[in-house]
Amino acid sequence: MQFMLLFSRQGKLRLQKWYVPLSDKEKKKITRELVQTVLARKPKMCSFLEWRDLKIVYKRYASLYFCCAIEDQDNELITLEIIHRYVELLDKYFGSVCELDIIFNFEKAYFILDEFLLGGEVQETSKKNVLKAIEQADLLQEKTEHVSARVSLGVRKRTRICAGVLTCIKM
Amino acid sequence: MSDIVEKTLTALPGLFLQNQSATGPAAAKASFSSRLGGLVRGITALTSKHEEEKLIQQELNNLKATVSAPNTTLKMMKECMVRLIYCEMLGYDASFGYIHAIKLAQQGNLLEKRVGYLAVSLFLHESHELLLLLVNTVVKDLQSTNLVEVCMALTIVSQIFPREMIPAVLPLVEDKLQHSKEIIRRKAVLALYKFYLIAPNQVQHIHIKFRKALCDRDVGVMAASLHIYLKMIKENSSAYKDLTGSFVTILKQVVGGKLPADFNYHSVPAPWLQIQLLRILGLLGKDDQRTSELMYDVLDESLRRAELNHNVTYAILFECVHTVYSIYPKSELLEKAAKCIGKFVLSPKINLKYLGLKALTYVIQQDPTLALQHQMTIIECLDHPDPIIKREVLGEYSYLLGKETGEEVITKLYKLLTSDSISSETKAWIIAAVTKLTPQAHSSNIVERLIQEFTTSLDTCLRQHAFELKHLHENVKFMKGLLPVDKSCEDMVVDASLSFLDGFVAEELSQGAAPYKPHHQRQEEKLSQEKVLSFEPYGLSFSSSGFSGRQSPAGISLGSDISGNSTDTGLKETNSLKLEGIKKLWGKEGYLPKKESKTGDETEALPVPQENIIMENVDQIITKKDQSQVLTQSKEEKEKQLLASSLFVGLGSESTINLLGKADTLSHKFRRKSKVKETKSGQTTTAQNMTRSSFSSSSNVTYEEDYYLDNLQDRGDKEVKKFSLNSELLDSESLTELPLVEKISNCRLSTPSLFADNNMEVFHPPQSTAASLANEISLASSLLEETTEHMHSDLMEVCNNETISVSSYKIWKDECLLMVWSVFNKSASELKSANLEIAPAENFKITEQPGCCLPVIEAESTKNFQYSVQMEKPFTEGNLSGFINYQVMDTHSVQLEFSVNLSLLDFIRPLKISTEDFGKLWLSFANDVKQNVKMSESQAALPSTLKALQQELRLHVVDIIGNEGLLACQLLPSIPCLLHFRVHGDMLALWFRSSCSTLPDYLLYQCQKVRAWIDPQVPVPIPCFHPGLTRAFKAECFVSVFLSSRCKKHDYIPL
Repeated sequence: MQFMLLFSRQGKLRLQKWYVPLSDKEKKKITRELVQTVLARKPKMCSFLEWRDLKIVYKRYASLYFCCAIEDQDNELITLEIIHRYVELLDKYFGSVCELDIIFNFEKAYFILDEFLLGGEVQETSKKNVLKAIEQADLLQEKTEHVSARVSLGVRKRTRICAGVLTCIKM
Repeated sequence: MSDIVEKTLTALPGLFLQNQSATGPAAAKASFSSRLGGLVRGITALTSKHEEEKLIQQELNNLKATVSAPNTTLKMMKECMVRLIYCEMLGYDASFGYIHAIKLAQQGNLLEKRVGYLAVSLFLHESHELLLLLVNTVVKDLQSTNLVEVCMALTIVSQIFPREMIPAVLPLVEDKLQHSKEIIRRKAVLALYKFYLIAPNQVQHIHIKFRKALCDRDVGVMAASLHIYLKMIKENSSAYKDLTGSFVTILKQVVGGKLPADFNYHSVPAPWLQIQLLRILGLLGKDDQRTSELMYDVLDESLRRAELNHNVTYAILFECVHTVYSIYPKSELLEKAAKCIGKFVLSPKINLKYLGLKALTYVIQQDPTLALQHQMTIIECLDHPDPIIKREVLGEYSYLLGKETGEEVITKLYKLLTSDSISSETKAWIIAAVTKLTPQAHSSNIVERLIQEFTTSLDTCLRQHAFELKHLHENVKFMKGLLPVDKSCEDMVVDASLSFLDGFVAEELSQGAAPYKPHHQRQEEKLSQEKVLSFEPYGLSFSSSGFSGRQSPAGISLGSDISGNSTDTGLKETNSLKLEGIKKLWGKEGYLPKKESKTGDETEALPVPQENIIMENVDQIITKKDQSQVLTQSKEEKEKQLLASSLFVGLGSESTINLLGKADTLSHKFRRKSKVKETKSGQTTTAQNMTRSSFSSSSNVTYEEDYYLDNLQDRGDKEVKKFSLNSELLDSESLTELPLVEKISNCRLSTPSLFADNNMEVFHPPQSTAASLANEISLASSLLEETTEHMHSDLMEVCNNETISVSSYKIWKDECLLMVWSVFNKSASELKSANLEIAPAENFKITEQPGCCLPVIEAESTKNFQYSVQMEKPFTEGNLSGFINYQVMDTHSVQLEFSVNLSLLDFIRPLKISTEDFGKLWLSFANDVKQNVKMSESQAALPSTLKALQQELRLHVVDIIGNEGLLACQLLPSIPCLLHFRVHGDMLALWFRSSCSTLPDYLLYQCQKVRAWIDPQVPVPIPCFHPGLTRAFKAECFVSVFLSSRCKKHDYIPL
């Protein structure tokens, strides 16, 4: 995988992870271009795009778009599942995740991603193992921070990213 | 103390919130105050971009002050980092914080370190100099006894690490392969994978350890090692064949559900692992029967086991189909896999449909009959609203003609063309597809409408295609003859051993000719002997054989006519007869409309007359041709209706043969006809050649002369213009160093100039330069200094309005193509914030040169914008488009668009090597293309041919040995291509070799376009198509070649 972008329906970037070295200017250009292209696509359209010499795989979960760039020989469908597994991980970690969780705790989202994908390749696919690794690091977190994070997540009225998706993906 | 207070404070709102859960998210979030929260909320509340900028700038200023303040705690620093990451994500520069991120990773406790490392991984890139400061921290953490610290260090190492510092950490990372914790081993393997990617040499010595990782008891570690293996096998599969058994065993276990349930994903066992293994097997089994046999069983099982209860199963299935079609074929498996594709294409889910269509292309390459079952589905997909699906479908359309009529398909294609959502590239080949289909359609309303719309298209490429279609469409029967539905495929037989020449060779040998030696052998001999006496008789005997060939039937069959079809002898005679005049009209580079953007200034000068001439003549030919063609047409007609072939599908010959459902065995790349048959066709073509040459010599003479006269005058005028321009610009010395390519191509009438070392002598700038050139001169005066050192093209206006005029020219620098756009401000007022931007193009890498942004262009002055361009992979030509915008005094902004055509030749440079190096390189290159071309007697002289090639294609003449020439060139930045050619009699044997598989084909095509040295009477053979060439290119070759009407149907030999 070359990079992963998360952005909102309004085109606001929520998370970016680059696995290939690119200049900031180039990154910005790519982001702008892809956000535009993906947002312009209609819901019934295919989740894959051929873009430059890469393939773009994207999927929308509630208000968030997850967008990955893969190389020519990579498998599009499994990339969709990578996205899905990531959403599942976020969901499990945050406890029914929503876009706000990712905005306000994006560093956590990064930590989870790094535990799941490393250097652009799948590192660990077991949900249990990924979360175990994260919790291990989190345990060192001061109690207050932890509590306040959980509280903030618990009370809000939320649009679950995952809600509709788990059913829609079943065939 | 203050810490405790802070903690309490942050905890408070949380407690408070638990009691008022329904008060709305915004309010809740607002009172939960991390500083990041405040920032995020602040931004969300804003309405304009401008306000956001102001807020972030303010935030960044605060952060800057905080991070550099001496009393900032690490904990605060961590908080700052998070906000900095956020600001960067919004697109603002936070580079002042980078060094602090490194400090945080170095000094912080675990939590702070974690954020520090994260910030580093997000802020910096591999070659960032600050990264060197992180090395010590990483080394320290790798040695830590705390697992979490080791994990962090390994994570950062696997993401970004300076290549030159790898030795510093390599032993530590290697040690971790023996660590007791699997998570550490796994991360260590991935870190080594990263090292392998950026510096393969550094990890060469630990290959044995990779094997150990592959055998690790933990599945995760084993799976991680597969990334390395996939990469290594991709580079050199033969070194890892012995592991095939291991991979098969692992896959068997996975498929059989032997892994711990942890690895299941939606109850499918380890899909990622399965896919990785399938990819590896596909690479190992490619073209290797023995290895492939080891995996047939497990692949069969994979296909069988896939229960389609989840998307991920489709992912595995898709990979499995791909593998089955990559390895040495086994028909039973192929069939099963093809059946599986049905599950994709028939699925209502668009993603699966798309991949199904993609998978079908694998199937068709092996055996089109297997794809037949999915025909109807394919055509239905043409109606699909998503363009990407259509694009995939287009490639398959030609298989469907059996069931759908041509009109129906054309109608669908036309609808597609009128939709705005598709790119002009796609449009271009839709038109090519329509061109291909037109002969089979009965009514042509839509085609006419299409022609009408697109001949006025602004896109030169589209316009070109539309014009081609137009001319063809004016005589449908002629078109049918040239675009046979099926015939081209029937005759595609390659006699790779050239056995049909055996008789000829025997005859020559008996007459005392020297036996053939491979080129490198001859070269060695040449080097070992000072004087090569033996070459003389060799050359002589050949040229005399060229003569005798005229009488003996076997003589000329050497040429490109090998596969010529004897049925339409009469037809060909008339072809060549009529085509005499037309070819010259088109000039060397082929059809003029196509060249419009390249030679813009010329067409500008006399657009109407040229265009008219072309049209008239095409009409003329077409009508004449018509009569002769009617006869041969009717019997072919029926076959055509039956068969749907795919000239443009890009699948190679074998795939196009079998649509009737012939039970043909799989994967034979070359079929061979019996020698007897081959010789026979050789003889018939010889006969044709003879008649042809006698016809053509007597006809059209008068016409040609008239034409020459007219054009001579035109050209003369143009030369005058150009040269007077140049003479003003340059002193006489540099003038001689500027053999402008375009100019030379215009000089074909005055052949002597090709021989002369100084071409410029031929055209003395006369005194009568028109005053109207003033404008051009003022533009030209702005040519850059570089211009004088390098070859460059002429200035060509690309767009203008009442205020500015933009011209562009190319400078063929040694290391790149430099495009210069000169913007001339015609108005009396200055222009502000002039900005020229070039749109990113698919096949070009465009780099802006410094000094490109110009705040002001003064009145009546010229400014230059430069871009250096590289071609990413070979292809014939492409458009570079862009726009310029500027502001006039009253601040209203104007934008002008333009586009420029770039050809492969713009990126070809001479490769200056010695004969010895040539010999070495020649042997090391695997990709070659051969072609025989017939030349007229007058042009057969080797030096002139070489000269033409040298000038036109920028080839370097390495050596001339007897009747052989060696040339070398490179495609920038550094793809070499060697050309060997030999003249014997009136035949020219071209032989290309290169390290790049497609470059020889493209160059051959360019050579063939250098018409000066090709006899107009001889058909231009269509190049042997390499499977890697784009469809658009093949289509273009085909269309432009037959448009020049020199194409007999069966001249080309697909691989």
